[in-house]
Amino acid sequence: MTNSPQTAAASMRVVLLGNPNTGKTTLFNALTGHRARVGNYAGVTVEKREGPLRDAARAVTLVDLPGTYSLAAHSADEFVAVEVLLGLRRDTPRPDAVVVVADASNLERNLFLATQVLDLGLPTIVALNMIDVAEKDGLRIDAAGLSLALGVPVVPTNARDRKGVTELAVRIADADRLPVPTAPAVFPPEFVATREALATELAGLLPAGTACDAFAAGRVLLEVDGTFEERLVAAGGEPVRAAIGRARESLETAGHRLRALEARSRYQWIRTHVAPHVKRPAAGTRRASQETTERIDRVLTHRIWGSLIFLLLMGLVFQAIYTWSAPLMDGIEGVFALLGDWLGGMLPEGALQSLVVNGIVAGVGGVMVFLPQILVLFLFIALLEDVGYMARAAFLMDRLLSRFGLSGRSFIPMLSSFACAIPGIMATRTIENPRDRLATILIAPLMSCSARLPVYTLMIAAFVPEGTVAGFLSLQGLVLLGMYLVGIGVSAPVTWILKRTLLKSRTPNFLIELPPYRKPLLSNVFSRMVDRGREFLVRAGTIILAVAIVVWALSYYPRPAEVFERYESSVATANAPYLTGLASVGVAVDEAPGDAAGVEALADAHETVAVDFAAWAEELAALEFERDGELLRRSALGTMGRAIEPLVRPLGWDWRIGMAAIASFPAREVVIAVLGVIFDLGPETDEEDPRLKEKLQAAEWPDGRPLFNLPVALSLMVFFALCLQCAATIAIIKRETNSWRWPLFAFGYMTALAYIGAFLVYRVSSLLL
Amino acid sequence: MPTLDELQTGEAATVTALEGDDTYVQRLMELGLIEGVRVEFLRRAPMGDPLEIRIDNTFRLSLRREDARRIAVERAS
Repeated sequence: MTNSPQTAAASMRVVLLGNPNTGKTTLFNALTGHRARVGNYAGVTVEKREGPLRDAARAVTLVDLPGTYSLAAHSADEFVAVEVLLGLRRDTPRPDAVVVVADASNLERNLFLATQVLDLGLPTIVALNMIDVAEKDGLRIDAAGLSLALGVPVVPTNARDRKGVTELAVRIADADRLPVPTAPAVFPPEFVATREALATELAGLLPAGTACDAFAAGRVLLEVDGTFEERLVAAGGEPVRAAIGRARESLETAGHRLRALEARSRYQWIRTHVAPHVKRPAAGTRRASQETTERIDRVLTHRIWGSLIFLLLMGLVFQAIYTWSAPLMDGIEGVFALLGDWLGGMLPEGALQSLVVNGIVAGVGGVMVFLPQILVLFLFIALLEDVGYMARAAFLMDRLLSRFGLSGRSFIPMLSSFACAIPGIMATRTIENPRDRLATILIAPLMSCSARLPVYTLMIAAFVPEGTVAGFLSLQGLVLLGMYLVGIGVSAPVTWILKRTLLKSRTPNFLIELPPYRKPLLSNVFSRMVDRGREFLVRAGTIILAVAIVVWALSYYPRPAEVFERYESSVATANAPYLTGLASVGVAVDEAPGDAAGVEALADAHETVAVDFAAWAEELAALEFERDGELLRRSALGTMGRAIEPLVRPLGWDWRIGMAAIASFPAREVVIAVLGVIFDLGPETDEEDPRLKEKLQAAEWPDGRPLFNLPVALSLMVFFALCLQCAATIAIIKRETNSWRWPLFAFGYMTALAYIGAFLVYRVSSLLL
Repeated sequence: MPTLDELQTGEAATVTALEGDDTYVQRLMELGLIEGVRVEFLRRAPMGDPLEIRIDNTFRLSLRREDARRIAVERAS
């Protein structure tokens, strides 16, 4: 694996690998000058960050791999890191060199991974990051001595103040000219011999094209049930499995416990070869970084104060998601409304105009409007992660979640899902156990996301009385809280059942590092927030757009001519008195106005004339909304609504509510606009529109009973609380689990729960109220 | 021989053995929780579980009581 001199000037790929919390990403940002391209590895939602090395004389692509403790990967993140390192991923070429980012203040543990990398036969550089923390703790590291011991360059750095970054960049630019390091002789002779023998034996058993060198054979032996074994058994079948089994057995017989062998051997080697180059303070000396962290932890993980601060923090995050982002959301809505109007004016009336305005602009706007909330959420998550608090949140919540068969690691994904299930599902990738990860993904959409809020707001404002309970609790506020609790409450038994049936596995182990507290680095926090925001837009935006167009078509076609004929004759009737009025003051109108806009044009031309143009325009606008309502009721969507009416009758709904629910399956937030059109108010209705509230209150069954009452409103809210009406979430579950099975399962179980929940709430509240 | 979960808050000890043969034990050892290493019991979470421990006066891990029970230790004198 030597690099020929002529390729040295060509482009090169260098990966950054290291334990979590080593400041690897900060170093990556410093080396690339924040010019990362962020994407995803194919088939998984593990973030792929690549960027060019700054100020380099040649093209060097740096790849920031997910944080990893060992080549024996446990989580999805770690699997990808190892696959990229070994060149096993088709979407990412094998790297030309590796930079191991090691935390200088935690050297022994970080060198465990470094010594594993030295076995790979790739040019390697070790960056001793956070060297300042180590020095403050009284550690004196002899970088030159360490470099000799490891056989690779060692560069002390402190990415936060760019110390050593230039030196590291110079080293990286020439990395492929470095000699390939010698694998440190960490293992006992029996292991080395067995490894060689296994490699030879497997070479005879494996089909041509599947390589198994001594390195791979070693990994196979060390990682019981690991990915190396899995890959080789898949290629060579039962004989390969048997050969591996025999080799392991011979080692176990010789007294080597395989699960312990690698850790014991490597730490032994590190202690002998590395310790002489690290001067530690006298035993019993307190370390500055540990002292600070301990003082903060005493408060933040305190039995009472810790829990209180945790609740306050979560309250603050929630409050911020909903209040800070409100003005921005209004702004975005406004911009899209203007854009729709502008495009609507530019295009001739017809199908194309409607597609652009009501399909595309409204669809994209419907996703964009959630961006401020997503950004606020990501801002907090990035900030709390950078400070070191997120691991404490998992520490505090683990006990509670373990009762349902999950672990503290599921907490962040669940919290994120209250803003939007998509970032929540994206956040599950740090959960090691695949079944827990899947269980968390499947319940994430049950958390009441912000898209459900408009439905709650409208229904509560229209049908829940304003009074108070116990003198000070607002009844409306309590119902809103209740809707949030419905999702949480249902998720508990769902998880419990899932973990005992489909995803049967014992309550997962919990093992998490509690990193030292650090001052947040705002550039890190900001770039993380922006990256994740962009990911949300791309993921959610594309699918929503496609679905918005389909729903638009269903609601636009067919367009019966008689509706238009009736509209025109109504307009003529409405116009008559006004035209007479105009004629009486001597104004002749060549062409009667066809709609409200036509009346406004007339008003502009005849400002001085004493005719009530405003009332006239309003009458025509009302007729137009009535026509559009009629078109929707007779559209394909309306037909579907009528077809399912028998199905939704038990929930207290008529076909119009059923139709609004169907239309909001792709994206629940559109229900408000759909209700607006169904009840003849036009599409630009929002949940605070008093007219919509009045229309809903006035809506009737054919026999004259009011359509909506409190039980119907509750039933509709519960349905929305429990149903997976979000095409973007379904798409992301598909992507995350790599199959259609789980998104369909989530959709199925949530729709069933929503139906049963809405039915029960309707029946019970009808009896009680 | 006491196990890690039996230590008092603030008490230090040396790891003497890890029980079990699964990936969890392997990961614990990869993180440096091996025979001979010094551990301190820092605290329990507010609900009594999990625990916070410090390894080699250098870094902190959190693990559950039932898993800590698999780690045999010798109290520091």
